[in-house]
Amino acid sequence: MKIMVAVKRVVDYAVKIRVKTDKTGVETQNVKMSMNPFCEIALEEALRIKEAGIASEVIAVSMGPANCIDTLRTGLAMGADRAIHVEATGPLYPLSVAKLFKALVQLENPGLLILGKQAIDDDCNQTGQMVAGLLGWPQGTFASKVVLDKEKQVATVDREVDGGLETLCMDLPAVITTDLRLNQPRYATLPNIMKAKSKVIKKYTPEDLKVEIKSDLEVVQVTEPPKRKAGVIVSSVDELIDKLKNEAHVI
Amino acid sequence: MQKWRAARRLLRYSPKSLFDPRSNPNSEHSISRSASGFAHCVDGEKYHPREFPPHIEHKKERSLWNTTERGLERTSRIQYRYYGSLASKIQRNPSFTTLNSDDINYFKSILGEKNVIEDEDTLLSANTDWMRKYNGSSKLLLQPRSTQEVSQVLKYCNSRRLAVVPQGGNTGLVGGSVPVFDEVIINVGSMNKIISMDQVSGVLVCEAGCILENLVSFLDNEGFIMPLDLGSKGSCQIGGNVSTNAGGLRLVRYGSLHGSVLGIEAVLANGDVLDMLWTLRKDNTGYDLKHLFIGSEGSLGIVTKVSILTPPKLSSVNIAFLACNDYFSCQKLLFEAKRRLGEILSAFEFLDNESLNLVLNHLEGVRNPLPPSMHNFYVLIETTGSDESYDKEKLEAFLLRSMEAGLISDGVLAQDINQASSFWRIREGVPEALMKEGAVYKYDLSLPVEKMYNLVEEMRTRIGNSAKVIGYGHLGDGNLHLNISTPQYNDRILAQIEPFVYEWTSKHRGSISAEHGLGLMKANEIFYSKSHETVQLMASIKKLMDPNGILNPYKVLPHSIISYS
Repeated sequence: MKIMVAVKRVVDYAVKIRVKTDKTGVETQNVKMSMNPFCEIALEEALRIKEAGIASEVIAVSMGPANCIDTLRTGLAMGADRAIHVEATGPLYPLSVAKLFKALVQLENPGLLILGKQAIDDDCNQTGQMVAGLLGWPQGTFASKVVLDKEKQVATVDREVDGGLETLCMDLPAVITTDLRLNQPRYATLPNIMKAKSKVIKKYTPEDLKVEIKSDLEVVQVTEPPKRKAGVIVSSVDELIDKLKNEAHVI
Repeated sequence: MQKWRAARRLLRYSPKSLFDPRSNPNSEHSISRSASGFAHCVDGEKYHPREFPPHIEHKKERSLWNTTERGLERTSRIQYRYYGSLASKIQRNPSFTTLNSDDINYFKSILGEKNVIEDEDTLLSANTDWMRKYNGSSKLLLQPRSTQEVSQVLKYCNSRRLAVVPQGGNTGLVGGSVPVFDEVIINVGSMNKIISMDQVSGVLVCEAGCILENLVSFLDNEGFIMPLDLGSKGSCQIGGNVSTNAGGLRLVRYGSLHGSVLGIEAVLANGDVLDMLWTLRKDNTGYDLKHLFIGSEGSLGIVTKVSILTPPKLSSVNIAFLACNDYFSCQKLLFEAKRRLGEILSAFEFLDNESLNLVLNHLEGVRNPLPPSMHNFYVLIETTGSDESYDKEKLEAFLLRSMEAGLISDGVLAQDINQASSFWRIREGVPEALMKEGAVYKYDLSLPVEKMYNLVEEMRTRIGNSAKVIGYGHLGDGNLHLNISTPQYNDRILAQIEPFVYEWTSKHRGSISAEHGLGLMKANEIFYSKSHETVQLMASIKKLMDPNGILNPYKVLPHSIISYS
């Protein structure tokens, strides 16, 4: 069975984000970029499944401009067997990504498609669900535990939901999106980095996959959230009640 | 009667607050033993460390002891260094006066009631160093808010001959930041304003009480970094860093503070304010006196403002955590790194297997980056440059080549900032892990790189199974942090360590204190690394700048050299 993993190149999680002065987006020049943390977890899970003997190959996929190759190299250094880069300039929204994945899945026929639950730059949390819908596959999102049964070709997924944990059982092929507590991703060791140099990265364009990228969304403005105002220390309970009643209008 | 009562109160006070839980349970009886021990005090004659009588005093606890002669006229208090060592008797200098209520009222009139602290609990933490090794008995903590206030306080203390201890973040490791007896603590922590930042030249001017980590965050917004980085950055203050010439993790790239500090404003013992706060990169007009204050550990003046040259923040930081089989490989790796990584190398640290085990055992959330297997040494290499892909390629090429050459047996490369921080956590967490393990004897030595680890191995053979010997440090600078960890402080083990470690270092023309300074711990050991003539000149300078000797007494210079009038 092949596993396809989606990885995205985003601004590093630890970087302090700054909004561009023209408010069209976030500053990405000269800022450290790395693999989306949830995608790291997704790749780690795929590697563990392969090491358990249930899968034979892990393919890392990334979409975007040429510098996505860096993220794919990281994925290969972690242990993915090969990579696919879909080169597309211009913004790629979740629906376009989902359509591209549908085309790739039809080409490669993986038994499992694992994605991070969301990307930390847009926080969409849509791609996994959309792909599953387009493919007609079952989906286990916000996975905090994944157990695969090779013979029955079934995946049991524990999902982190608001009320607690929900366990779903689904037939393969399926789509899984990973949540934080699923695993702790491994580091890229030097021997693996060395091996990664000889691994293949195949390039496609949206035209090759016969997918039309049209964005029906337009980012109008990006602003910082309003700064938190300082609190006020009140001197008595009466003053507190007065403020709650007359200023905050909550009682 | 009053003095006697006060002294009695101190004696009763001492068992509760000055005793460390880790001290020897037999300590109760030492008080009576010390009575006879007093007969022969070292009375501050000139001596050479090796001539010392090798008797060891088993003093495990502090005892403030009061001998009353001829009624209650004189009290002489003898202080024992907490963990005991050869020649550990220091006498309180009788020429210093003691605090009285007039003094306190005067301080309150200058600084305000809030900034004159006599509260016992606050004083307890200000009197104790980070390692909980040194305990002073100061009764007063002052928190001036401006240079003017520092000046007024010092002027007064000088006129009254009240000894003072300048204090910042109190993170020093040689007992230099806490009182030995009842010196007044002057803590500059309230002076924490950032005065200016020049975007073009990169010069930052700030007050001495700014916490290093806060400066780093501020500079981050401006696009710069601090030229020094140390594990204590969350608490240490820049005034203290400058006063101790702190080294840290980035020295191999940005050099020492003697190079990065462009100007200092300091207050002398008599209250005079010395404004040398220039922000010029080049200024050859006369003797460059600021260098006297950098590294003199508060004994020549209190630093109140600093102007420091900050390097621009470069976008590409890469870090690798590597394993080597033997120390020779670590050395060769350093040699190769300096050549192949060249200008982008920004840190080169090493730790031995025992250090890593300590960290993994004691610190939470820390995991071994390398797949578990036996490695003897670990090296941390950091590169900082302006082009991400170029640097990564360079680093990868260097690492793969070193691996092929057999210098590295395994390694990992951090892929994002979180992974990078976790590698640093391992290296920076070793002192913390040591503290959690038990008592620790800490040595900070500069040695020729080829010989560095020989000392660790020799110490291990010497000590045997009674204690754990670990070595780690700034391999890039030839700086070894030798630590011996025992469950409790133990004079027998100390006798096996000192003076062997100092003699060994001296024999190889190393420094007995690479970056920690001398403080109280090594004041009398200076001769292992400096000649008599040099130390004599230092004493003359001290006498010139601080004739009454009130600034941080008993520290930095040996007690035999400093003679008080």
